[in-house]
Amino acid sequence: MNTENTFIIDGSPIPFEPGQTVLEAALKADVFIPHLCYFPGLRPNGNCKLCTISINGKHSSACTTLARPGSEIENNTPALNDKRRLMLQMLFVEGNHFCPGCEKSGNCQLQALAYELEMMTPHFNHFFPNRKVDASHPEAFLDMNRCITCGLCVQASRDVDKKNIFILSGRGMASHVVINSPSGNLGDSDFSMSDKAASVCPVGAILPKHRGYSVPIGKRLYDGVPISSQTEFLKTRKA
Amino acid sequence: MLSPQEPPKRKLRVATTSLSGCFGCHMSLLDLDENLLALVDLVEFDRSPITDIKHCGPCDIGIIEGGVCNSENVHVLREFRENCRTLIALGACAVNGGLPTLRNGLDVREVLREAYFEQPGAVCNTIPNDVELPLLLDKVHPINEVVRVDYFIPGCPPSRDAIFKFLTDLIAGRTPRLDYPQMRFD
Amino acid sequence: MSFDNSSAVGVLEPILERYSRNPHHLMQILRETQEHLDFIPQWATDYLAEALALPRTQIQSVIDFYAFFYDSPRGKYRILFSDNVTDRMQGNMALLSRMLSKFGLTQGQASGDGLLSINTTSCTGMCDQGPALLVNNHAITRLSSQRIDQICELIKEKKPLAEWPAEFFRVEDNIRRKDVLLATEMVNGQALKRAIELGPKGMLAEMKASNFRGRGGAGFTTAVKWEACRNAPGTTRYVVCNADEGEPGTFKDRVLMASFSERVFEGMTIAGYAIGAAKGFVYLRGEYRYMLEKLQATLEARRKANLLGKDILGQKGFDFDIEIHMGAGSYVCGEETALIESLEGKPGKPRIRPPFPVTHGYLDQPTVVNNVETLAKATLIAQNGGAWYHGLGTKLSTGTKLLSISGDCDHPGIYEYPFGVRIAQILEDCGARNAMAVQVGGAAGTCVARHEFGRKIAFEDVSTSGALMVFGNNRDMFEVARNFMHFFKHESCGFCTPCRVGTTLICDTLDKIANGKGTAYEMNELSRLHQLLRSASHCGLGQSAGRPVNDTLQKFRPSYDRRLKQKDFEPAFDLDAALIPAREITARDDIDAHLGADQ
Repeated sequence: MNTENTFIIDGSPIPFEPGQTVLEAALKADVFIPHLCYFPGLRPNGNCKLCTISINGKHSSACTTLARPGSEIENNTPALNDKRRLMLQMLFVEGNHFCPGCEKSGNCQLQALAYELEMMTPHFNHFFPNRKVDASHPEAFLDMNRCITCGLCVQASRDVDKKNIFILSGRGMASHVVINSPSGNLGDSDFSMSDKAASVCPVGAILPKHRGYSVPIGKRLYDGVPISSQTEFLKTRKA
Repeated sequence: MLSPQEPPKRKLRVATTSLSGCFGCHMSLLDLDENLLALVDLVEFDRSPITDIKHCGPCDIGIIEGGVCNSENVHVLREFRENCRTLIALGACAVNGGLPTLRNGLDVREVLREAYFEQPGAVCNTIPNDVELPLLLDKVHPINEVVRVDYFIPGCPPSRDAIFKFLTDLIAGRTPRLDYPQMRFD
Repeated sequence: MSFDNSSAVGVLEPILERYSRNPHHLMQILRETQEHLDFIPQWATDYLAEALALPRTQIQSVIDFYAFFYDSPRGKYRILFSDNVTDRMQGNMALLSRMLSKFGLTQGQASGDGLLSINTTSCTGMCDQGPALLVNNHAITRLSSQRIDQICELIKEKKPLAEWPAEFFRVEDNIRRKDVLLATEMVNGQALKRAIELGPKGMLAEMKASNFRGRGGAGFTTAVKWEACRNAPGTTRYVVCNADEGEPGTFKDRVLMASFSERVFEGMTIAGYAIGAAKGFVYLRGEYRYMLEKLQATLEARRKANLLGKDILGQKGFDFDIEIHMGAGSYVCGEETALIESLEGKPGKPRIRPPFPVTHGYLDQPTVVNNVETLAKATLIAQNGGAWYHGLGTKLSTGTKLLSISGDCDHPGIYEYPFGVRIAQILEDCGARNAMAVQVGGAAGTCVARHEFGRKIAFEDVSTSGALMVFGNNRDMFEVARNFMHFFKHESCGFCTPCRVGTTLICDTLDKIANGKGTAYEMNELSRLHQLLRSASHCGLGQSAGRPVNDTLQKFRPSYDRRLKQKDFEPAFDLDAALIPAREITARDDIDAHLGADQ
């Protein structure tokens, strides 16, 4: 192995190509680092902070940190996983995440990470915000109750679809996705289910209509196999 | 110094209840089938739909299904917390409020008006106000927002395997953990 | 309001023309639009979107992000009470209530007749002469009941702001101690001339010799920044003066901009000369809107004197000019990458670093972002040399530091000290006789307790961007921390999970303790949340947001403990109050219609 382009995660050497981020190189080597706002091929966002790792003793986001030779990285440690679980709990109480009533359940990355990190409870007091459900589009509905403001739809729509349909607005706890259409409704935009933006949502905020619970419980993506064992799937997703 | 040894063979006393839930979690508990017998070897039931005991006495373990949606739920939950050494939230509604929290975005007055006046077939034209009836809280809460809770078993409902694994761990003195397939939010 | 083409053309077109329809000037266009229309109506957003070729939502996102932009009517008079802890100590809440009751309004509500709205805002930088408020973003200082009553009358009479007593708007400098910066007379152009004599490399060498460190708080060596920018590949270079002084309790840049702007502009020009930039921006916080016209006049005079513009001081090819960019109510824009986003006309969310602004800054070009004080002091180094400057202060913290002192002391104001001064000395000088604690460096800074008053102001000991708030014996440090925490929650940009949700969770926990519902459980939560925010947040705001709580928990623990219940848990909300709506609609008030406290 070329030691010049290698770094260490939890004691194991990981090769990388110059320009790769720690997260990309790790995924390529089938080493799982929890993440929500990263999608292969889209510019890293760095906002969910689930991929927080410790590089030479300093905390940093794996998705935005370029791999460097010789870095000593901690990833799958109890201390880091505690922090990640805390952030998952924050995301769960911030929105309205009721898995039994969500068609994304079983295929949801937020849920899968909660399983992976053994999040038994959202722990904090729920905010129970009032958020918008937009069913105006013939092919898709938007349920902002589940949005975690990761920005992936914003990027995919802007950089891949070249449509600029989604944008993050507001600040602090009032941050939310808005739709670029005269009425502010998705049905009024030129959004289509074949857009990349339609398929990058890690949660159930953007879902196709007329599909429902199409895959039986037990056969869904994360029912039997933890997300940490699905690096092949995670790295081959295409933007 | 005492040497580690088996815990005393006293049967643990367990109480269960359903607050604002659908009894689905209790159905899952009953679904333990023959494991229920194994469990009964280890525990005896205090207040529970299974025993029909009306009030909870001192217990080792209290199991709560459902969230907190009205004043009676608060009283029952407090009774359990007071009497149970270990309190467990069983299932989605106890853990995060569950589907009843869908009303949290609405004014409870509107909810009642809709249910008793506006619904097709609503004939009473009055909102029931008998003093025997518990009043609704303005919002539905998971139980850990009202009392301290020691353990949480997610799931809607949690599978019988999850319940069995969790309880047998707990009774044996192991910090309970679910295996991956038992860890489910739906 | 419906679309009105004549207002659109009449109001918006001149503004658009003034800013050359450049979408990077969106913030200034919005500010001027609001100055004309009192808010930014939907039709104006639509018109600007068309004229600037921006998605409508992008403009909306800018309006939504900045506290001083409104997309719905907030009245002809928009009153914002400064709500720093020093304003609290000076009684701002009673004055706020007084004003609200005069108009029968609740906080944040716009009056039905479109006359006014009253709310609070983060520290407006008038702590030495508070309590203070902003009316349509113009500062009024030294509020008293009498002054509030007068303001209410003026509003009721619908008197234009221009006709309000000038005395209301008087802002004192309150300079109490002068050292090399404040005591040295400045002859315009002299420092710049000297820099030109030295040449860009010579000037850089002097900066290096001075070992000068940036005065914004982080303390990065200025020469290293300048040199990195100078050497970075790029087509255009920029100098940005960070006058977004938002750290609660800080007002030294206010004084520098108000009374020493020549020095600041000259420092910027020297920086531009040293790094090879032709363009500079002053990012002036929205709270200092009152200075804008005067600063622009100063810039114009400097252009006339050939201290700005083309071939400055006859130096062929040395072109440099300065533009002022007004902020609009966002603390996080003090973070240099957020500031650059804001300069580009976007919401001020901190960028991912690296790359750093010195290589990829404004419009992705090499950019130096320096604090106001840093740039002002560069003129001293040009004039007197790096070796001279190096002789001031301490070895690791050369030179002097401006401190904004407020709180429980007889003489609040600006103090210039050589680095290394002990806190006890400062307290003596400002007449703080009964200090129990000093918050150094603002909300994000360090809470220093009495037993530490022997510590020094220096990068190697207690580091500061320039705020020093004094708290006397009778103050409640729990409430101080709670005020700071609410500030961070209000100012969190919302980009990253830990800061966005965590600042709210910490505030909720502190509020719960304040409401007498806290237990040991909450104390544990506070520590856990602070640890997470510190290590996982995207920028300095989130990383330091938990500090006031952490520091006061360590040093003033009894102020928390005495509020705690001796139980293991208590709900955050009032259970009996949660039954109010149901009691109301069922008309019940029997004993079972109530929930008592848990026994």
